[in-house]
Amino acid sequence: MRITLRVWRQADRNSPGGLKTYQLTDVDSSMSFLEMLDLLNEELTARDEEPVAFDNDCREGICGMCGIVINGAPHGRYNSPVATTTCQLHMRSFHDGDVIDIEPWKAGAFPVIKDLVVDRSAFDRIIQAGGYISVNTGAAPEAHSTPAPKRQADQAFDNATCIGCGACVAACPNGAGMLFTAAKITHLARLPQGQPERLRRVKAMVAAHDEAGFGGCTNIGECAAVCPKSIPLASIGQLNRDLIHSLFTGEGK
Amino acid sequence: MAVTESPAAGPKPAGAKPAGSKPASGPKPAADEAYWAVGDDIADDKAPGGPIEGQWQRRQFEAHLVNPSNRRKLTVIIVGTGLAGGAAAASLGEAGYNVEAFCYQDSPRRAHSIAAQGGINAAKNYRNDNDSVYRLFYDTVKGGDYRARESNVYRLAEISPHIIDQCVAQGVPFAREYGGLLDNRSFGGVQVQRTFYARGQTGQQLLIGAYQALERQIEAGTVQMHNRHEMVELIVADGRARGIVTRDMVTGQIEAQMGDAVVLATGGYGNVFFLSTNAMGCNNTAAWRAHRKGAYFGNPCYTQIHPTCIPVHGDTQSKLTLMSESLRNDGRIWVPKKAADAAKDPRDIPEADRDYYLERIYPSFGNLVPRDIASRQAKYMCDEGRGVGPAVTEVDAQGVERQVRRGVYLDFADVIARLGQATVAARYGNLFDMYAQITGENPYETPMRIYPAVHYTMGGLWVDYDLMSSIPGLYVVGEANFSDHGANRLGASALMQGLSDGYFVLPNTINDYLAQPRPPIDAEAAEAKAAVAQAQARVDQLLAIQGSRSVDSFHKELGHIMWEYCGMERTEAGLKTAIAKIRQLRQQFWSDVKVTGRGDDFNQALERAGRVADFLELGELMCVDALHRRESCGGHFRAESQTADGEALRHDDEFLYVAAWEFGGDDDLPVLHKEPLVYKAIELKQRSYK
Repeated sequence: MRITLRVWRQADRNSPGGLKTYQLTDVDSSMSFLEMLDLLNEELTARDEEPVAFDNDCREGICGMCGIVINGAPHGRYNSPVATTTCQLHMRSFHDGDVIDIEPWKAGAFPVIKDLVVDRSAFDRIIQAGGYISVNTGAAPEAHSTPAPKRQADQAFDNATCIGCGACVAACPNGAGMLFTAAKITHLARLPQGQPERLRRVKAMVAAHDEAGFGGCTNIGECAAVCPKSIPLASIGQLNRDLIHSLFTGEGK
Repeated sequence: MAVTESPAAGPKPAGAKPAGSKPASGPKPAADEAYWAVGDDIADDKAPGGPIEGQWQRRQFEAHLVNPSNRRKLTVIIVGTGLAGGAAAASLGEAGYNVEAFCYQDSPRRAHSIAAQGGINAAKNYRNDNDSVYRLFYDTVKGGDYRARESNVYRLAEISPHIIDQCVAQGVPFAREYGGLLDNRSFGGVQVQRTFYARGQTGQQLLIGAYQALERQIEAGTVQMHNRHEMVELIVADGRARGIVTRDMVTGQIEAQMGDAVVLATGGYGNVFFLSTNAMGCNNTAAWRAHRKGAYFGNPCYTQIHPTCIPVHGDTQSKLTLMSESLRNDGRIWVPKKAADAAKDPRDIPEADRDYYLERIYPSFGNLVPRDIASRQAKYMCDEGRGVGPAVTEVDAQGVERQVRRGVYLDFADVIARLGQATVAARYGNLFDMYAQITGENPYETPMRIYPAVHYTMGGLWVDYDLMSSIPGLYVVGEANFSDHGANRLGASALMQGLSDGYFVLPNTINDYLAQPRPPIDAEAAEAKAAVAQAQARVDQLLAIQGSRSVDSFHKELGHIMWEYCGMERTEAGLKTAIAKIRQLRQQFWSDVKVTGRGDDFNQALERAGRVADFLELGELMCVDALHRRESCGGHFRAESQTADGEALRHDDEFLYVAAWEFGGDDDLPVLHKEPLVYKAIELKQRSYK
């Protein structure tokens, strides 16, 4: 396949960036999208140009490290028949002669480091604020001492599958990180072990979310539409219910 | 032995050099022409003697302790924050130590532990099916083909139930039954159901649990996390590990980080094969730099080739994807009986013309034989011409080109007919989706095609019972050490070992070293400055070559050599060929590699170049180790050493030891130290899964 790429190039956080056009003539449809970028980088290296910087690691859709806006959608969601990460998007979803736009996540809380690489450490700061259960190593009771109803455990799992890639933020017109935050709130709120800190947690995490520079949620739903793990929008409802509840109790900071 | 409780008390010779760890002095005996030299035998001197059941408790009692109020004065450096490193960082932070943690990713949540799919073993015996600590210990030693250290494996089995308790308390959403209790499934190489799982994403859930515990300690101020930092050198002063040199991958800044002990939790080295199921960034640089500074490398040739991966699609492929071994619970593996059927639609091949070869050859374990056996049989079927999928061009060791189909079927038609598609989707849905996304085929309708791929490395830096390497103060945990899996790892045991090391072993052993006095040191020390200069010089050198070939082209070529000659089947002639080819390639690398960009910048080509340079040295040592071990055991199959029916044939009389390699110098031979393996609790047997 012949593919034309328009790739965002930016030297560093403080330099202006812009789209640069490249042609690839020998793209195979069985390649993954990132393998196509590998091919571009091999060609750039051969021409003594600097390769395009992009984050990636596991290349099997689970580590959450990759993330590119493709044709305007995070992870190329609208080029894929199913929910996907960038690494699991394959060139068979494109056609000979296609022009593909490739840009980094664009959000106030995710500054660009270089080209397509952004700084997502704001997500870690949200988790630090309370996205855990406080249990020291060695202090755990026997695993079967607290049964967890299967349906709720499954819902906890569905939310715990969030990979922290940041597509929800990149898709949101407000640059909100609410789906990410809600997934963690819901994961822990559905388990008996998560109850003691539940209300304190939601307050602290939402405060950290706002402080990190993410925008507010106005229920647009773009986040859930592009989420590679299909975290439901309803999780944000759970977050809001818990947050309101926490305001009427003395829990939390 | 007296128990001392303050750092000042109990001065004991620092660390524990393995017994007689110096290379034999005088002329080195040339063990095999010019491939290696032989040094003195070594031994683990940390495991207390006596009955195996009480050893761990005794070690915990005898270890020196650090008073809680003194812990914050001690700094522990942890490199790598996956299951082992993340768990260790969190646990040591909770204990009150000052922890400096480093990872190359943008967050500790990305570590490749996250990609483990199938599950985690624990001797809970929730299934009432004869399981016990002893059986898990026995299965692990047997699965490892009797090449692991008994004391370490017993401890692993003993700790396993506590891991499940810990993870459940953290909120890890394991699969549950309707009664609200935990579900279990079976895994390869065992006949009990002791594997806990979270759909096909167990590694992800366990890692997120460890990550959250770690983030809690970051918030508490006990752990300082350094993302996007790569360890490029180890600082050894006065014979002890006292720090590391890191490169900030965003700014390129190279600097020394000093501490009282260093823990490597840097994972395996499967990426030496270029194509593997490892993440793109997985590398062996930290471990290799430590090896060059004196840490012995244990059993580097023990690599695991996983039987169920998605086959290679073409030359531009960058990595391979695993399909969890748990699929072998319900999927049946087969190839056509006749080579002529290889290109047919599998659904058109009648039952009578299919060869369910694992069920045929191994009737009692069937599709659940250990990984090494399942992989080798798949290779043999394809070598015979009965493989399926697209034919690819191959050049064999004799230089002859031929067309081979590299794939076998993993068929779910029976289980879908028996239990329905919904039940199968509940068990394996994410794996089926992943397969469909990568291959464009629907595995609910047509059998999956699978083929073995490099997945895990049992070898790693040599450690004693305390998980300390041959450099005092340098600890190695998780896949990065060699300790628990012998020559082959059983499924669902990697997560168990990583978390056992990180949560429970290291936090109870590292104190023994930290409690002993050390001279103070800072980044101005000569050893630290020299290590920084060394790291900087290497970056400058890589950028100065400006040759004609990309880093990836060298990496791919190395991978081809390793896969062809040091993969599923190894021969003396092949390994010697590989060593010659690797030496040549390494020379070419240092004169002709092209690294674009600058050193003081975010530069991914430079990062990869440093890693590939180290792989080019490690690859040779792996081949030397494989060459010296003239037996077959577990994942190491020497064609010259097999039984009449083609199974691995061990030579316990000659090779019942751990091969711990000492770096001999750039122009000198590696030195082999043997740690004899002594089996007291388990009787040595030839493995049989028939």
